[in-house]
Amino acid sequence: MNKLIISPSPHVHSGDTISKNMRGVLTALMPAYLVGLYFFGLGALIVSLTAVLSCVLFEYLIQRYLFKEPITINDGSAALTGLLLAFNLPSNIPIWMIIIGALVSIGIGKMSFGGLGNNPLNPALVGRVFLLISFPVAMTSWPRPIPLNMNYTDAVTAATPLAALKGQFVEIPKTMDLFLGNMGGSIGEISALALLLGLAFLLIKKIITWHIPISILITVFVFTGILNLVNPELFFKPPMFHLLTGGLMLGSIFMATDYATSPMTTRGMLVYGVGIGIITVVIRIFGVYPEGVSFAILIMNAFTPLINNYIKPKRFGEAKK
Amino acid sequence: MNLILISLLTLLIVGALSAIILFFVSKKFEVFEDPRINVVEAALPLANCGACGFPGCRGFANACVKADTLENLICPVGGRPTMEKVAAILGKTAPEVSPLIAVVRCGGTCELRPRSNQYDGVSSCAIAHNLYGGETGCSWGCLGLGDCVVSCKFDAIYINPETLLPEVDEEKCTSCGACVKACPKLIIELRKKGPASHRIFVNCINEDKGAVSKKACSVSCIGCSKCSKECAFDAITIKNNLAYIDSEKCTLCGKCVDVCPTTAIVEINK
Amino acid sequence: MRTFKMGGIHPKENKLSAGKKAEIALIPTQAIIPLGHYLGAPSTALVAKGDLVKVGQMIGQASGFVSANVHSSVSGKVLKIDDYIDASGYKRPAVFIDVDGDEWLETIDRTNEIKRECMLSAAEIIKKIISAGIVGLGGATFPTHIKLLIPDGKKANVLVINGIECEPYLTCDHQLMLEKGEEILVGVSILMKAINVTRAIVGVENNKKDAISNLQKLAKSFSGIEIAPLQIKYPQGSEKQLVEATTGRQIPSGSLPLEVGAVVQNVATAYAVYEAVQKNKPLFERIITITGKSMMQQSNFWVRLGTPLANVVNQAGGIPDDTGKIVAGGPMMGRSLSTLEVAVAKGTAGVLFIPTFESARKKMQNCIRCAKCVTNCPMGLEPYLLMKQSENTMWTEMEINRVMDCIECGCCSFTCPSNRPLLDHIRFGKMTVGKIIRSRKNP
Repeated sequence: MNKLIISPSPHVHSGDTISKNMRGVLTALMPAYLVGLYFFGLGALIVSLTAVLSCVLFEYLIQRYLFKEPITINDGSAALTGLLLAFNLPSNIPIWMIIIGALVSIGIGKMSFGGLGNNPLNPALVGRVFLLISFPVAMTSWPRPIPLNMNYTDAVTAATPLAALKGQFVEIPKTMDLFLGNMGGSIGEISALALLLGLAFLLIKKIITWHIPISILITVFVFTGILNLVNPELFFKPPMFHLLTGGLMLGSIFMATDYATSPMTTRGMLVYGVGIGIITVVIRIFGVYPEGVSFAILIMNAFTPLINNYIKPKRFGEAKK
Repeated sequence: MNLILISLLTLLIVGALSAIILFFVSKKFEVFEDPRINVVEAALPLANCGACGFPGCRGFANACVKADTLENLICPVGGRPTMEKVAAILGKTAPEVSPLIAVVRCGGTCELRPRSNQYDGVSSCAIAHNLYGGETGCSWGCLGLGDCVVSCKFDAIYINPETLLPEVDEEKCTSCGACVKACPKLIIELRKKGPASHRIFVNCINEDKGAVSKKACSVSCIGCSKCSKECAFDAITIKNNLAYIDSEKCTLCGKCVDVCPTTAIVEINK
Repeated sequence: MRTFKMGGIHPKENKLSAGKKAEIALIPTQAIIPLGHYLGAPSTALVAKGDLVKVGQMIGQASGFVSANVHSSVSGKVLKIDDYIDASGYKRPAVFIDVDGDEWLETIDRTNEIKRECMLSAAEIIKKIISAGIVGLGGATFPTHIKLLIPDGKKANVLVINGIECEPYLTCDHQLMLEKGEEILVGVSILMKAINVTRAIVGVENNKKDAISNLQKLAKSFSGIEIAPLQIKYPQGSEKQLVEATTGRQIPSGSLPLEVGAVVQNVATAYAVYEAVQKNKPLFERIITITGKSMMQQSNFWVRLGTPLANVVNQAGGIPDDTGKIVAGGPMMGRSLSTLEVAVAKGTAGVLFIPTFESARKKMQNCIRCAKCVTNCPMGLEPYLLMKQSENTMWTEMEINRVMDCIECGCCSFTCPSNRPLLDHIRFGKMTVGKIIRSRKNP
């Protein structure tokens, strides 16, 4: 018999690992990915493969040659960042831009803070916002959804329904099409149905709790609903439109719930979710950009340490008055 | 042209005004500080280790300036040379100190003290000590997880990978006592460094009965009191099955080393 | 079905020895009866070397408030009163007895007949409990009578009996409820009388359906005893969680259950109270579980206290070859042992053999701030933060973040996907903060 092992309790473990969680999120992203592949065809495939591979490669290179620490690309977090970055890109974006985005995501958004768990901002969104500000045209000319499209950079482009908010004339698809994903947009954001399936999977697997996505969605719904009731002329879009268009579903379910950048307590998660909802609506309706989810999430990411510091969990036996 | 002139002038006026205000405010609220404090502080090692009992080197410098004599004021890190410098600055006399060094009183290496189990918790002596007696049969000896190494600000203590025991670097050790406080087993002691680092000490703190401690570790002190009988200077006391050598009384004659049946008494730099 | 609200986890139950009839363990040739307790001062020995003792004879007297009497579990001759190395590797005082025959004190009623009537007053009951040396058998071994002596100005209105056994693997309380159901309920009614309440709730987790139906059937003939099946969730057996699950009342931070009018006792304690009060039998025997995935047979045993664990384990088939870790108690809160030459004590609930492949901890990784430790903490603490603060010796901040509320249940370490040793650090921090608080009270 070997030497007995002595350790403090507990002596059993749930068997949960980082890579299990990351694989779970990747699985939850699959329905939305399939919808993206269906409507954007070859472009979506090229963009997503480039993004994932370059993110993993940059993480490997940085860990190997800059940090000289054990390589952890197997945990799936870099692949997840890559896929989320791809989900936020139009399917006709040139490859070199994707590689720059991946470098910013991994290099600046994640590794410069010390790697997994230490980044204050969602790395995929850092990459996306960097690209959006640097290459506004390429980032906002989305191809039309054509089933099994074989064109890549030369696909026919169209504005997204959200551009209607900024006074552009756009053909607004039917609500059912919005729900299923038959509209222009970034690769992963179009189908609310597929994203909600992903949410259900995440909740069942207990990878995330309901607090962040649901509080964001409810806030957006209520806020736009109130604006719509107060002045239907000026704020003419119904709340349902706001929920189903743009990156709101993708952002609230997969980006805002990123472990490292969201608050630790359920109360804090609710504050964070409401904050994201309000900022999103403010940017969408009053701001220059038609879409504000990424900015809203990044802004609230920056507030997360403050929320963690001041919003404490409900303690056991806290006086109920 | 006009624009540049106006902006230059405004900045100049604002700057001058601020400078005047700052000047008067600093005069008004000036706090007098003995200038010698700075000089004394500069003569100190500036390690801010707190071993002197004051909050950092500046606190110690302050105390030195204020005190009438330098009696009881010792910088353990700088030792006598530093105190002489301080004394010269202040025109006082430096106290006599004999240099100390941290001594790890455990000789239970891997071969001499076999491991009976394997610790798998956090690599911290304090936490392991709370949990149980340790990986060996000796619940007194070194755990080898290196809390002392972490506590040392001078890189003077390190774990020897072959023996899994901490070793003190005589050149670097400043006898600040941080490791003494860090060790949960109270193994490390500050002892007189001795002439040319020649010193004798009991390399064990096991208070178990002789048979028990011998079984756990072949170089443990079994409290046989051969050494105390041999010592002609009353320097060795036996308490709780353990010998202790008083470094004040010890004359480094080395007789105890020869009679110890378990080689628990060691002599360094003979 | 009721349970507690906040946090909690669902470890694999692995109740391998469930339903195995408790066998009688062999009486050892030498018994080592510890005089020390987990909490409080060690008892003073009443016997000396060479004395002859009988089974049930008092050999150690309580010294101080948080202490309990100790009785001999065997008959024979006192070999010595000496230190012995306990499970943690540190020395504790103990009485060593060389066993000779099995001669019991005449006052002990050894019949199997169940005595239901108890005519004693509350004070007399408590006196008997004190003299029988009964302590909480759930694991903390806190002297039972202290909980029963209600201080002036406080009033208990419900007795909560802990039949949860939420630790995976352990089945000793389960088996006791199956075999000694009626005795337990008599013990419960005696305890109710001792603290003058008319209502008692026996909380049992729903993975012990046979025990629940057995007790429910028996409880019909007792007034005021309710058997409450509870949802399966760890750590329901913890005092605070149990009171909340059964009565819906949350015990405030830093208070005892009495603050909300509840007194909590374990089922095994209730059984010991029955034996002490009705049968004059002091606490010198208990039921323990010997289990493990690689064990040939899973068993429950009636063991005399002071029997070396090695003896019981040999009777259960010996140590499995692939054992990597031996745990006294359950896997969530038990202590890992470095040797089996340890005597069964009042708080020993079982021995668990964990195979090598499950023994070592996995490599620690970065905290990914997944918040699972926070959502699973049954006390509403932030383990990730407390661990960081403990590592950085931020004791004041730890106290503000209520580290003293930690019940050391291990949910945080259990659930952490990065295998971070959260509880190791928090436990150390809690101990240090506790010392600071005590030194502040009496400087």
